Amino acid sequence: MNTANAWRADFPALSQEINGQPLTYLDSAASAQQPQAVIDAVARYQREDHANVHRGVHTLSHRATDLYEGARDKLAKFINAGSRSELVLTSGTTESINLVAQSYCRPLLQLGDQVLITWLEHHSNIVPWQLVCEQTGAELIVAPINDDGDVLLDELFDLMGERVRMLAIGHVSNALGTVNPLDKIIQQAREKGIPVLVDGAQGVPHMPVDVAALDCDFYAFSGHKMFGPTGTGVLWGREALLEQMPPYKGGGDMILEVSFDNTVFNELPYKFEAGTPNISGTIGLGAAVDYLQNIGMQRIHEHESALHSYMVEKLSAVDGIRRVGQATSQASVQSFMLDDIHPHDLGTILDHQGVAIRTGHHCAMPVMQSFGLPGTARASLGLYNQPEDVDRLVAALEKAKQIFA
Amino acid sequence: MSEDATEMQDLYRELILDHARQPRNFKRLADATHSAEGINPLCGDKLHLYLVVDQDKITEISFQGSGCAISMASASLLTETVAERSVADAVACVTTVTRRLTTGKEEASATFDLGKLRALDGVTQYPSRVKCATLAWHALRAALNQAGAPATTE
Ligand SMILES: Cc1ncc(COP(=O)(O)O)c(C=O)c1O
Repeated sequence: MNTANAWRADFPALSQEINGQPLTYLDSAASAQQPQAVIDAVARYQREDHANVHRGVHTLSHRATDLYEGARDKLAKFINAGSRSELVLTSGTTESINLVAQSYCRPLLQLGDQVLITWLEHHSNIVPWQLVCEQTGAELIVAPINDDGDVLLDELFDLMGERVRMLAIGHVSNALGTVNPLDKIIQQAREKGIPVLVDGAQGVPHMPVDVAALDCDFYAFSGHKMFGPTGTGVLWGREALLEQMPPYKGGGDMILEVSFDNTVFNELPYKFEAGTPNISGTIGLGAAVDYLQNIGMQRIHEHESALHSYMVEKLSAVDGIRRVGQATSQASVQSFMLDDIHPHDLGTILDHQGVAIRTGHHCAMPVMQSFGLPGTARASLGLYNQPEDVDRLVAALEKAKQIFA
Repeated sequence: MSEDATEMQDLYRELILDHARQPRNFKRLADATHSAEGINPLCGDKLHLYLVVDQDKITEISFQGSGCAISMASASLLTETVAERSVADAVACVTTVTRRLTTGKEEASATFDLGKLRALDGVTQYPSRVKCATLAWHALRAALNQAGAPATTE
């Protein structure tokens, strides 16, 4: 495998040592590191352009507004949104999904209606639906997965009944790396008239995403998993649906006119963006989009796919490794167990050697339950990883085996 | 052996690994008079303590559960430590041990000798692991208070 990774040097955090060892960062699925370009964009804004957006006539407010709205344009183009008014800026995937649950589903759901999800989902794509079901008397139904971590499509299709008002499904599973066959799934849902929300938190950082081609209705993602700042994110939604949805939060910026007996809401997407937003973070996210587009998402995808195959091959060769999640198509992530070493012990021993992985249930307890495990160790890749990172992971696992031998 | 391996062995001492592999008093007590559950939500460690308290003395103690090596070894050592002690003594142990694990300090006034429990000292260097080591001790306190809700480390 080609070992050079020219992009790695763009990420200052990666050049440090941890416990006297070079940092091997394999936890991008939890949060990705930021390139210098993002750090600089945020710093420049803080230093030179900071003011509130949408409300001032002075120069700084204009500059801040241009940068903030510029980021929205970049994001809209990045995922091929129909227009910038479909691009709602949020604090992350979690808020985006809650927005749809509360603003789209809550007014619509009747007693006996259903919301359909899968066993693969992150808690962020479970709990908001549970809440709205409790509020409305609707029922949450869940499509099963098999031992490889693939959603059972026949069962999923069977569950798409007459009472289903929403299908909410992950693009890529953060716990198992499963890439769902969204084309087939969304086509089925379309035929049955079921709107689809895609949780794209783990999709956007790793592959080209085109919401028009996907033909979904909502797509949610987070800035910090795509090399941008925390507290930023996106809800993309079809304009026709967003138009019919009531505001989700009340406050400044989301109104045109307020009096005590009537308030006229602002137009899309501002109707959903009450209060002073995360201006600096969103500007940083715009810089992350520029950074990714300069490289090209297809190139990133190819690099990561090759590296993921290398990781699977190397891990499989370690005596005592059990790969948890062996789906037909995987991206970025591999969960595993090593002998009977508890993942938490493994995490500490690896950290000691500079190798950062995630251990535990990965906010996907149902997935862990379906494998009968309290948690797993999980290595996840970002564009800056290279084969050497995988080699260090494997060497660190061998050491863990020695300690527990 | 390299220096980093030695340091790791300070956390995973032989005694800890031994207790994690073969936890002592690992069973359910059908006739328990006191019991409590301990849960560490961060890593999914879960254990259940069972005690028989007779005239203010812990005559039997056991546990069951699953978790990392540190939490299992700590629970196993706990059962060895407090068996046959009075309730007041056991409560004093909980205080001394949890203070030791969270601050690395030992009270001069402590009446109770940490003994084997010093094998857990390594965790003081690993903030994310302290909760694993204290879990069983929180559960013991809850059991002795007979609080209904499970003890958690959060
Ligand atoms: C698949 C998936 N969905 C949703 C989320 C929630 O993202 P955030 O915490 O950024 O809102 C995550 C992040 O862990 C995720 O991996």
